[in-house]
Amino acid sequence: MSAYVIQGATGPWELVIGLEVHAQVVSRAKLFSGASASYGAEPNSQVSFVDAAFPGMLPVVNRECVAQAVRTGLGLKAAINLVSRFDRKNYFYADLPAGYQISQFAHPIVGRGVIEIELEGGAIRPIGVTRLHLEQDAGKSMHDQHPALSFIDLNRAGVALMEIVSEPDMRTPEEAGAYLRKLRTIMRYLGTCDGNMEEGSMRADVNVSVRRAGEPFRTRCEIKNVNSVRFVMQAIEAEARRQVEVWEAGEAVQQETRLYDPGRGETRSMRSKEDAHDYRYFPDPDLLPLVIEQGWVDELAARLPELPDAKKARFMSQYGLPSYDAGVLVMEQATADFYEAVARGRDGKIAANWMLGDFFAGLNRMGRGIEESPISAEGLGGLLDLLADATINGRIAKEVLEAMMETGEAAAAIVEARGLRQVTDTGAIDGAVDQVLAANPDKLAEYKGGKEKLFGFFVGQVMKAMAGKGNPALVNEALKRKL
Amino acid sequence: MTLEFTLSSARNALRARRISSRELTEAHLAAIEALEPALNAFITVTPEQALAQADAADAAIGRGEGGPLAGLPVAIKDLFCTKGVRTTAASRILEPFVPPYESTVTANMLRDGAVFLGKTNLDEFAMGSSTTTSAFGPAINPWQRRGANVQLVPGGSSGGSAAAVAAGMALASTGTDTGGSIRQPASFCGIVGMKPTYGRCSRWGVVAFASSLDQPGPFARSVEDTAILLGSMAGHDPKDSTSVNRPVPDYVTACRRGVKGLRIGIPREYRVDGMSAEIEDLWSRGIAWLRDAGAEIVDVSLPHTKYGLATYYIVAPAEASSNLSRYDGVRFGLRVPANDLTDLYEETRAAGFGAEVKRRVLIGTYVLSAGYYDAYYLKAQKVRALILRDFTEAFGKVDALLTPTAPSAAFGLGEKSDDPVQMYLNDVFTVPASMAGAPGISVPAGLDAEGLPLGLQVLGRHFDEETVFAVGAALEAAAGFSAKPAVRMEAGR
Repeated sequence: MSAYVIQGATGPWELVIGLEVHAQVVSRAKLFSGASASYGAEPNSQVSFVDAAFPGMLPVVNRECVAQAVRTGLGLKAAINLVSRFDRKNYFYADLPAGYQISQFAHPIVGRGVIEIELEGGAIRPIGVTRLHLEQDAGKSMHDQHPALSFIDLNRAGVALMEIVSEPDMRTPEEAGAYLRKLRTIMRYLGTCDGNMEEGSMRADVNVSVRRAGEPFRTRCEIKNVNSVRFVMQAIEAEARRQVEVWEAGEAVQQETRLYDPGRGETRSMRSKEDAHDYRYFPDPDLLPLVIEQGWVDELAARLPELPDAKKARFMSQYGLPSYDAGVLVMEQATADFYEAVARGRDGKIAANWMLGDFFAGLNRMGRGIEESPISAEGLGGLLDLLADATINGRIAKEVLEAMMETGEAAAAIVEARGLRQVTDTGAIDGAVDQVLAANPDKLAEYKGGKEKLFGFFVGQVMKAMAGKGNPALVNEALKRKL
Repeated sequence: MTLEFTLSSARNALRARRISSRELTEAHLAAIEALEPALNAFITVTPEQALAQADAADAAIGRGEGGPLAGLPVAIKDLFCTKGVRTTAASRILEPFVPPYESTVTANMLRDGAVFLGKTNLDEFAMGSSTTTSAFGPAINPWQRRGANVQLVPGGSSGGSAAAVAAGMALASTGTDTGGSIRQPASFCGIVGMKPTYGRCSRWGVVAFASSLDQPGPFARSVEDTAILLGSMAGHDPKDSTSVNRPVPDYVTACRRGVKGLRIGIPREYRVDGMSAEIEDLWSRGIAWLRDAGAEIVDVSLPHTKYGLATYYIVAPAEASSNLSRYDGVRFGLRVPANDLTDLYEETRAAGFGAEVKRRVLIGTYVLSAGYYDAYYLKAQKVRALILRDFTEAFGKVDALLTPTAPSAAFGLGEKSDDPVQMYLNDVFTVPASMAGAPGISVPAGLDAEGLPLGLQVLGRHFDEETVFAVGAALEAAAGFSAKPAVRMEAGR
């Protein structure tokens, strides 16, 4: 258990955090209509009569969305409910065309599961998943397009969402951040949600309360619609501090819905419990209970990709990687695939070191993700091959990598064109050593006088004289001989 | 001329080229023009479309083609969305609404060549038993009490459809039945009305009242005619998740099966307190007719019948309160301009909905509210399951049930409108089968002392409309009902 606490005036307070994540399902069509679910189209260009809730229109569940929810459930090691049910959540809003959202209230499609998060220092902590259910997204209201009117875009109305509810198992902002990142990674591996928080395809509602160590839960507040991992962590801390102040002032935290203002770094009240909607949930009579076959679930399970936890364990055993390195490499499927392509038939540790070191640094400098890397996995492998067969030394390899990043050319071509092959001709090395010793009589005297640390100085000078291309082992050998 | 034809005989006449669809359609349009001032059975009449469809049907028949309904003029309850033709649900809130799509049921009928005369009047959003809650004024029953000049209601909610067929303004029509909205008006207007099993006809494109109960069905002047029309309306629709994927049987053939050897149940709980002697007598005659035709009569019990109405008036308004939320002035239909969103909702819905709709939205909202849900909605669902079990158990012993359709003949306009509960009691015999989703038919079987028609109801097993038609046809044959309403298109004009 983490020792993270908020120090109040009256002593330390522990945090209790639960997350409700809304994840947009990757699918061609919406949850109950054939309209396209793609992002960024002209307003109201992807709206069927069902989405706009025209009279007499009826929902028909999209099986692919159901499959995506089941896959996600399997990825969370969760119980899949073969019988689930759609309910109506009734409330009026201009971007909710039917006046109700079709959701799963009483009988979700996915039950209890777990997400393992890795904390700093490598400790693994399981966070309980309470449930996952399918529901429709609402449309978008735009209040800034006209002085007196609001505009409604229904493209998003009816798009399938998975609401993934955690247990109140997290105790620190870092754990909440790790949970979100891990959930995103799992869904991206599964291809069930693209996890893009900026575009709103993954949003989090954060439940926060504070308590003294050992106490039962106190009243919680829900912070709605936080749209980045960083803001989630900030919002938790800000809200926890606010609650500590309330309790320590002798007052009671009121259960309410709040919003996080990242600019001011504080949460503010959105609506209190008294103003909370009575959603009048009831089973949607337009839809039959959602019944799925165990055989179908098994088929979906058999076709799941290798998930991050399993991949990480395999990287550690197959390539001998340390836990941290393996963890970073499996964070994104594309990175893991790239790594495996580089490591295949090569030294896995060296491949990991180069990827996590100079290669990632280069991508970061260019502001690119691995998908837009100017160097392919084969290209990076080619560089490592030149290193392995001693065509170039490590220092030159860094230079070549940089040139590859800039030009996209193959390592071998750059080495040939720029004459960067390692010099192994002992005559040339001896000549360079002689030249350096002759040019530095004072340093030579110091060395002979016992200042052996100067050996490195001489190595550097010789390499410099050879434009970095000297074989380091042979240079060392020659220097030792001549000193 | 119009009243002389049944759907079936008109079809034969068309195929034999004794009459054209244009002639038949013109005659019905003339009947509508003549009778509409007295009956207000239609909200929208579409003569141009009807004549174009008639000409197309005549051409098809001339080529030896044409579907089962080719050239037959029928009327459509104004709850079915019809592409390019205003669809109002008899509500101000949909007064300007022209659907850009065709309901599955009406599309099936158009596929089979039907001619649509127009959209018929109904209780607003199908909420009512009298067609008096229509925003377009009440429809009037073409029947009158002997020697009295009192306007009577045609029943409801599909009152316009029933009145139109009774008066000879259409050969047949569509209705929807949620708690009796086909069977009760059929009884009041002296015609046949059939509610199929829930799931038999698609609800896609039908303005929803209570989704778990709504079911389209036919009206006509004979049992066989309703069988013809249902054969066209019915069928699986992937766009309605509650529509059932089973083949549609040959209902017309089923009408000729007879009842010999069938076991007909008489549910004792339908013999309610205060039932009129006329209704009792009619029921007894029906029992005798079926016995004489070779059926075995069996007393059965449906013990939860007495909870039917109370349960219905929780479930139906609950679903309606949610279904009607979409009428908010934002995307279609009536919008009353306002300064903010809440005002827009309140003013649009206040102006757009009538009193009965508001009453049911309020009831429905109440029974779904936190703190009341368990006591009302959840309890009603449990009772509904018991009502279904009553029917399942009864149908383990018998093949069909025989009951009166309604507790009385048509009543006068305004006679029950001051007390909603009195109005709701009209559905006492029809609601239980609706709650169970079972099919039922109302067949005109006699007249009361004042000369008004009374119907008998036959209920059947789920998806066994065939037996319902067979029993209905036997009743029809034995009853020999031939009385005609006071307001009608005279033969020969």
